[in-house]
Amino acid sequence: MLNFFHNSYIFFLIEKLINFINSIFFILLLIALSFALVFSPPDYLQGDSVRIMYVHVPAAWISLASFSCIAILSILNFIFKIKNLKLITKSIAPIGLMFTCIAIVTGSIWGRPTWGTFWAWDARITSMVIMALFYLVLIFIHKFFDEDDKANKISSIIAVIGLINIPIIKYSVEWWSTLHQPASIKISGTSTIHSSMLTPLLLMFFVLILYCALIFLMKYKTEIIRIKKKNLKRYDQ
Amino acid sequence: MLPKKVKKRASLLAILLFTSVIGIFLILNALNKNILYFNSPTDIKINQNINYDKKIRVGGMVKKNTLKIKDQEIRFIITDFKNEINVSFKGTIPNLFAEGKGVVAEGKLQDKKFFVADRILAKHDENYMPPELKNIMKENAK
Repeated sequence: MLNFFHNSYIFFLIEKLINFINSIFFILLLIALSFALVFSPPDYLQGDSVRIMYVHVPAAWISLASFSCIAILSILNFIFKIKNLKLITKSIAPIGLMFTCIAIVTGSIWGRPTWGTFWAWDARITSMVIMALFYLVLIFIHKFFDEDDKANKISSIIAVIGLINIPIIKYSVEWWSTLHQPASIKISGTSTIHSSMLTPLLLMFFVLILYCALIFLMKYKTEIIRIKKKNLKRYDQ
Repeated sequence: MLPKKVKKRASLLAILLFTSVIGIFLILNALNKNILYFNSPTDIKINQNINYDKKIRVGGMVKKNTLKIKDQEIRFIITDFKNEINVSFKGTIPNLFAEGKGVVAEGKLQDKKFFVADRILAKHDENYMPPELKNIMKENAK
C-alpha cells in the first residue's frame, strides 16, 4: 500500500497517463474545434464573435477550479504535512495563471466588438485580475524563499486568503451591477444558452481539461525529477 | 485521534480564514458604492448630493421607440422600468447598441433628467441562441 504513494510508482503512472492523453488529445481537439468554429451556429446578436466564448468560458472555469484545487491542497498540506501535495500545487499554479490570462485576453478581444471597449474596471474583471496576481505570488514565492518549509507556510496562507476571492468572482455579476453579463449556465434552473452552442462549449471544456492534465503531469514529472536529483546530490557529499 | 500539532495547525488556518472573510466582507461593504460599475436611473433619482462635474456611468435598457438620430447627435432614454433618464451622445456606438437592449453610458449629468454621454458601451445579456431560433420566437410572439 505504501508503495502506491512512492514517487517512483507515481512516476511510472504519470508516464503511462501522458502517453494515453497524447494518443487521444489531438483527435479530440480537432473534433471540438471543428464544432466550435464551423458547425455551431453564429449568435443572433453577436454573430461570429460568439465563437470566442468557446475558449473564454472554459478558460475561466479552469482558472477558478485550479485555484480552488491549489487552495484546498495547500490547506491539507499545511495541516497534515504531505510532501507530494506541495509538488502538485506547485505544478498546478502556472497552468492556472495561463488560463486566467487566456480568459482575460479573450474576454477583452470579445469586449471590443460587443461592448465597444477592450477594458472595463467592473467587479468581475477586476476580481479576475486579482486572482491572476494571487497566482503570480504563489508562483514566485518558491523563488523568493530558499527554505521549503517557510515557503510552504506562506503560500498556504496566501492560498487561503485567495480562496475567498473565488466566490466573489463567481457572484460578482449578481451582487453588483457589472458590464459583464450574468452566467448563462446555471447549476439549478434552465440555462439561457441554446443546446447547439452548449455542446461545443462542453466539448471545448473537456479538451482544455485534457490539455491541463497533460501539462500538469509533465510539470509534476519534472518536479519529481528535481527532488530525486536533490537527493542524489545529498548522497554524493 | 489527531495529534495535537495537527489540530493546532488546523485551528490556526480556520481562524485565519474566518478573520480574512470578515475583513474582506467589511472592505467590500465599505466600497459598495464604488464597486458598482454603473448607476441605474433610480439610483440617480434617490441620490441627494450629485456632483455634476464628475464623470459617472448610467446603465439600463434603451427604451423602445425613443432612439432618435439627428445630424451627429443620438438621443435616447435609458430606463430601469421604474425611472428614466434622457441621454444625448455624439460619436460612434458599438454594434450591439439597439432599442430594448442593455446599455452603459459614460459622461456627465446636466440635471437629474438629462445626461450628456461621451462614451456608449453596449451591455450584452446572458442569452445565446442561433438566429433561426430568434426568428421562430419572433413569429410565435406575433
